[in-house]
Amino acid sequence: MRAAVTAPAKVAAEPDRKERIRRWRKGFRRRETWAAYAFLSPWIIGFLIFMAGPMVASFVLSLTDYDALGSPNLVGWANYEQLLSDPKVAKSLANTVVYSLMVVPGTMIVALALAMVLNRVGTRSAGFFRTLFYLPEVTPKVAVGVLFLMLFNGQVGLINEFLGLFGIQGPAWSTDPDWVKPGLVLMNLWSVGGTVVLYLAALKNVPLDLYEAAELDGASPWRRFRHITLPMISGTLFFTFIVQTIAALQTFDEAYTAFYGSTASATYSSDAALFYLIYLFQQAFQFLHMGYASAMAWLLFGIIMVITLVQVKVSKRFVYYEGG
Amino acid sequence: MSKRSLTALTVATALVLAGCGGVGRSGQDGAATLTTMGFGTGDEIAKTRVERANKVIAPATVRIGGNAFDAQQFLSAVASGSPPDLVYLDRQLLGTYAARGTVEPLDSCVANQKIDLKQYRAPALAEVTLDGKLYGLPEFYNNRVMMTNGGAAVNVSDRAGLERTVVELTRRGGDGKLARVGFDPKIPEFLPLWARASGVKMLSDDGKKANLADPKLVEVLEYTVGLLDKQGGWGAVKAFRDSFNFFGEKNPFSQDQLAAFPMEDWYLNVLANMSPNVGLGVTPFTDVQGRPIDWVTGSAWAIPTAGKNKDKACAWIKEMTSSESWIAAAQARANARKAEGKAFTGVYTANAVADQKIFGELVKLDDKPVFDKAVKAVLSAQESAFTMPASPAGSEFKTAWSDAVNRVLSGQQKAADALAQAQREAQQALDRASGGR
Repeated sequence: MRAAVTAPAKVAAEPDRKERIRRWRKGFRRRETWAAYAFLSPWIIGFLIFMAGPMVASFVLSLTDYDALGSPNLVGWANYEQLLSDPKVAKSLANTVVYSLMVVPGTMIVALALAMVLNRVGTRSAGFFRTLFYLPEVTPKVAVGVLFLMLFNGQVGLINEFLGLFGIQGPAWSTDPDWVKPGLVLMNLWSVGGTVVLYLAALKNVPLDLYEAAELDGASPWRRFRHITLPMISGTLFFTFIVQTIAALQTFDEAYTAFYGSTASATYSSDAALFYLIYLFQQAFQFLHMGYASAMAWLLFGIIMVITLVQVKVSKRFVYYEGG
Repeated sequence: MSKRSLTALTVATALVLAGCGGVGRSGQDGAATLTTMGFGTGDEIAKTRVERANKVIAPATVRIGGNAFDAQQFLSAVASGSPPDLVYLDRQLLGTYAARGTVEPLDSCVANQKIDLKQYRAPALAEVTLDGKLYGLPEFYNNRVMMTNGGAAVNVSDRAGLERTVVELTRRGGDGKLARVGFDPKIPEFLPLWARASGVKMLSDDGKKANLADPKLVEVLEYTVGLLDKQGGWGAVKAFRDSFNFFGEKNPFSQDQLAAFPMEDWYLNVLANMSPNVGLGVTPFTDVQGRPIDWVTGSAWAIPTAGKNKDKACAWIKEMTSSESWIAAAQARANARKAEGKAFTGVYTANAVADQKIFGELVKLDDKPVFDKAVKAVLSAQESAFTMPASPAGSEFKTAWSDAVNRVLSGQQKAADALAQAQREAQQALDRASGGR
């Protein structure tokens, strides 16, 4: 039955594809096409050498016992089988997912709130605040990691000193496993500037007449936000959602600097901060299991791919594209 | 894909991932430029020896490569076929690279350069010897001794008594926060010292069998974590400790923030410089029977197998670790301290001949009885030194037990469970490393 239904569509798609290929080939008769590819070539070459090549190499290595020092020997799928039985893989994945579930919504909400405030201030001061909010974005992540330990020190850190003003005894952010990830999330909010700028641009593009019409109809600020602002910037929200999710799943710098980067910090490392990429890095460069680390990299690639596909699928219900 | 292509791709991957370049080229001629990794010339002890070693291999020169050993940088250099001529690293890590054939056995180096191995301390040599082969020449000899502040009386052999002492020595401020740590057991990093004091060897002499699930070790871990709990718990102690200005004039001894802890000998140097009038007491760490015990670690020079100037590299490290170079370096530091009006507390090296001269003739602390006594205590502790055996999976072994202690400290696991997990992880790594690649 299914074959009967899909067959005509397949037949219809076939000439389309052939036509597209024919047109693509024909395009090479024109000088502009060659010029376009010439301009694209730095990226294409860079992609092949620095992305596609290493990806292929890492997949091949994931099937070997390569230790980065000697010749690799094929071990088949043994590294992938080991992933299933390694408790630290599960632990680091769980840490990473929990962190992502906290940091992605956190970043989006804070960035959107800041962008909406910025959207209301005057043009001159908006430029100043945009720069101000964006500054942490250019702060090295390593410096942020060090800053984390200073700000979040349980005894003399500024965060707990501040909480103390309200009679709240702050937690041991850097040693209590329940507070390590929330602390890192708070630290990450320090650098929401890039997302703020994106949201601000999206907010500026929302037609004002929509708000005016809604106001005339007596819509409250919340309803205007819910039914105009959110749908109109949903494309940008969706983009940042995907990018933030991927970044969160690949988080490394701040946590590594704070808990693993130096001999001293590595000595007092916390399992609660063992994110997937940190464990991958340990396996590759500390324990010399480059083959196993490559398998870990492909597992993460697969996870990110699946999550992104789900996000794209779900987005079709929630994202509004003007003219799309 | 051919092995050659695979290697080429790997090199590209490693370089891209590491984000670093090679380490420079060395020629085969007499004017070669040797490169090093993991060593810095930050003080007169390093500079003096480097100058002497450079003269030995002239007209060849040595380009000193920066800072502390970085495994990623080293691996990238090796994988890309441009390893340094010399690498300087923690002796505990050397076995990992030796087992993989990345660093050269020094048999021919010792024979050709007629290096007298008897000058080096036996425990330090044992740390750089894997399966009967020597892979490095040892440098420093870091001892661990008990340091007390302001006359605090601490006896680590009396375990029950120490629990009471810890409570007595701990101070709290008006806000209830820690104002003085009574006793810092320095775990996880000093766990091997506490273990040996209770008669536990965490690793077999051949470096291939982990012994982390030993019930006695579980007891040791529970006991040392208990000492921290009596002072407010790990979180409070660590947070307070992280706020210390450890190397400055306002160090925890001068500020009375710390009453006692086991510590490495180099801290004497810091205190002699920054707080010469501090009420310091130094004694050897003792085991449960009251006998002195001293866990020693340090660094070593090794020659990468793919190095291009091995003879010169060997001659250079021979001179770097020779008694004459150490003595000249110690003399330079003594002069520098004298010019500053500060005390010279010595340099603890893995070269016994050098130490004899340094502590017999160069260290003069008659006018600083506190530091004179302290130095004598370190020298006496050295008589009872032990080292962790060289291991083909040194890094993983250390990570396994260190992570276990951290899990207990943060309340995530009980000591027995944490150490059982560490035992599994460590033994798995040791088996894999011992069985070859």
